[in-house]
Amino acid sequence: MGFKLVMLWTDLVLWLLMAGLGLYVWLARRSAPLRGKWKHVFRDAASTCSAVVLGTFLLVALADSLHFRRALPATTPQEQQAYDPRVESLLDVLMARQIAMREPSYSQPLAYAGFVMESIDNQGRPERGFPRLPHGGAHLKDPASEWGADVLQRGVGGAALGAVAALLVAAVGVAWGARRQRLPFATMAGLLWRDQTELPWRAAAITLLLIAVLAGACAGWSGYYHVFGTDRTGNDVLYQSVKSVRTAFVIGSLATVATLPFAIGLGVAAGYFKGWVDEVIQYLYTTLSSVPNVLLIAACVLMVQVFIDKNPQLFPTGAERSDIRILLLCVILGVTGWASLARLLRAETLKLRELDFVQAATAFGVGPLRIMARHILPNVMHLVLITTVLEFSSLILYEAVLSYVGVGVEPSMNSFGGMINLARDELSREPAVWWSVSAAFSFMVTLVLAANLFADGVREAFDPRGRAFRARLGTRNRAVV
Amino acid sequence: MLNYIIRRIGYGVLILLGVNLLTFTLFFTVNTPDDMARINIGGQRITQEQIQKWKIERGYDKPLYWNAEQPGTRQLTETVFWDRSVSLFSLDFGRADSESAGDIGQQVARRMAVSLQLAVPLFLLQVLASTAFSLLLVFFRHSRIDFWGVVLCVLMLSISSLFYIIFGQYLFSKVLRLVPISGYAGGLDAVRFLILPVLLSLLSRLGTEARLYRAMFLEEVGKDYVRTARAKGLSEQVVLMRHVLRNALIPIVTSAGSYLPYVFLGSLVFESFFGIPGLGAYVIEAIGSQDFAVVRTMVFLGSLLYIATFVLIDIAYTWVDPRVRLA
Repeated sequence: MGFKLVMLWTDLVLWLLMAGLGLYVWLARRSAPLRGKWKHVFRDAASTCSAVVLGTFLLVALADSLHFRRALPATTPQEQQAYDPRVESLLDVLMARQIAMREPSYSQPLAYAGFVMESIDNQGRPERGFPRLPHGGAHLKDPASEWGADVLQRGVGGAALGAVAALLVAAVGVAWGARRQRLPFATMAGLLWRDQTELPWRAAAITLLLIAVLAGACAGWSGYYHVFGTDRTGNDVLYQSVKSVRTAFVIGSLATVATLPFAIGLGVAAGYFKGWVDEVIQYLYTTLSSVPNVLLIAACVLMVQVFIDKNPQLFPTGAERSDIRILLLCVILGVTGWASLARLLRAETLKLRELDFVQAATAFGVGPLRIMARHILPNVMHLVLITTVLEFSSLILYEAVLSYVGVGVEPSMNSFGGMINLARDELSREPAVWWSVSAAFSFMVTLVLAANLFADGVREAFDPRGRAFRARLGTRNRAVV
Repeated sequence: MLNYIIRRIGYGVLILLGVNLLTFTLFFTVNTPDDMARINIGGQRITQEQIQKWKIERGYDKPLYWNAEQPGTRQLTETVFWDRSVSLFSLDFGRADSESAGDIGQQVARRMAVSLQLAVPLFLLQVLASTAFSLLLVFFRHSRIDFWGVVLCVLMLSISSLFYIIFGQYLFSKVLRLVPISGYAGGLDAVRFLILPVLLSLLSRLGTEARLYRAMFLEEVGKDYVRTARAKGLSEQVVLMRHVLRNALIPIVTSAGSYLPYVFLGSLVFESFFGIPGLGAYVIEAIGSQDFAVVRTMVFLGSLLYIATFVLIDIAYTWVDPRVRLA
């Protein structure tokens, strides 16, 4: 069966970003100071563990960024090959069971019966009760007695398989490390076990193990049950949460990257040229930042919506329409959000331009553009990096609020904001539907927490004079009383 | 100082003009006055006369930015942009675009009173709670309390404010039935309706604020004068409360102050979630119904507040730290 690759705009940008990240890693490995700083980041167990978690989420987001359309079976051989109008991603293929297992309505996590009482036919007599689900737990003959053991068995089995997989990965890692250090495998494993490696590999391995166990248990259940239950239309909540990861990543990374050209270009220019250029740029960013953000974004999003509605021929499928909307949302967030970084860069540039090496370059007759690119930009990059990683998590939180206000991503697109939005009605039901909001909560907190901890590590390594946001256990420098 | 303030206010007017031009451009690139008339009158069959009547009533019957038919300066002044901007600066907001809504000025005045009831206690409690919590962490710095306190802060700031609202409403209103889920009443009854939003809003910001304040305090604690104060034999409490707190006030005033405009408009989500008829809820309604006049007014008020806050922060500096002189 053939298929046609579909490159959505956000896919393209996301993969380009990955390429950029790869390039950065390559450059950082070659430059000793950068390597040292990143080593500092990863020497911290919290940062390393968050990096493992973020990496896992990133893999999910990337698997969801390979889109294609299936080829439809041709009715006549001469006919031109037609493609399914639905756009699917690699993740959709991996989770095909979850998509196919669509229930009539709400069901609790791991349930075999519906959540809403209905009249069911019991050997000819109608009676009130909870109907069996068509998919969830359908393999059970007598659910009342078999359910507990079956859930336990599948969960533990999956978790064990996950643990084995994680241990295999760890063993490969140890073998690789042993080869590099020219140590026997057992010695290397011992070092890892006692946490005596230079980087906190043990913490990373434990994080990986935890993720693998959780994922393994979910995999063990899925296909037979709905791990996080189903929503009002009977769709699997786990699938929705996993799909939302990509939305969060796209918003978090693209919107941050979209601010960079404005912030770097204008901020450095304002600091370097001073005078009227500085005045104009300062006026621009003060004006922008004095407008309440939500309003500005709302106005822009309304504009974008009108553009999309007026040019339907540009976006043949629904996926492409919601994709262009999220891309433009990121651009809007970028255009409206560059002020704070520009202000920082301006201040730093003002300081840098007075330093000797810049003065020397000026005396040699180097042009302003060259000075800014060669001498100033590399010296403010740490601020850019810190702001970028810090912004990532706050943008994910912001997306939820924007979607709630109705100016975020398209309602048809899976996003944490959209899931939260439905939660209000679901929690006020009697009895409350709690699993959907809990799933969104746990995914979102894990992602944002990991991003925050990683950002803290980066900030600490790249800006040692910066504020001490982390607490350390240690001696108290208190006076002797 | 007076000179400085006058200059800052002049700059503020310039910014407000820019903001106004920005919203105007943004909105009218999307809509034409005819589109707005159609949306607001509603219904399927609308005659050109009805549109014309609506535009005259709301003052949209002139060209937008440039009136080529008029001579001289009237090319600029006989336009929608000019009419609407001049009236904004005299705080005359005119009529809302939607058919049912009335005078914007009246609505703003009424809703501002409600919003202030939410914003003022929230702001004061916020500063108080964050300062107290962060001082506590600094007092126990490098100990387990500090460590777990910061862990708690990071956890709290990683949770979306929407979750605080949802879980708070569920726990306090639905399960415990302590306060109404949403709504608003005037007078003393307002306390019942406002206590939960204030509390939840406080919680949702506590992690961010306390962590920031703690870092600011720690910066001060490392300085020489603190060592001197300790060397004099002052107790840790006195050092923290009398010396560190006072000297860390400048960054705290900045950080707390710059949040002030958002307390006002930032309770947008909280107001609409809890059904409190304040300015934030007004904005969300206006966005939903594409009421341009209201959105523009609120943007204007928001920036006005932002500019005023920063002038006030500057003045507060001189009050907090006599070494600061404004020139």
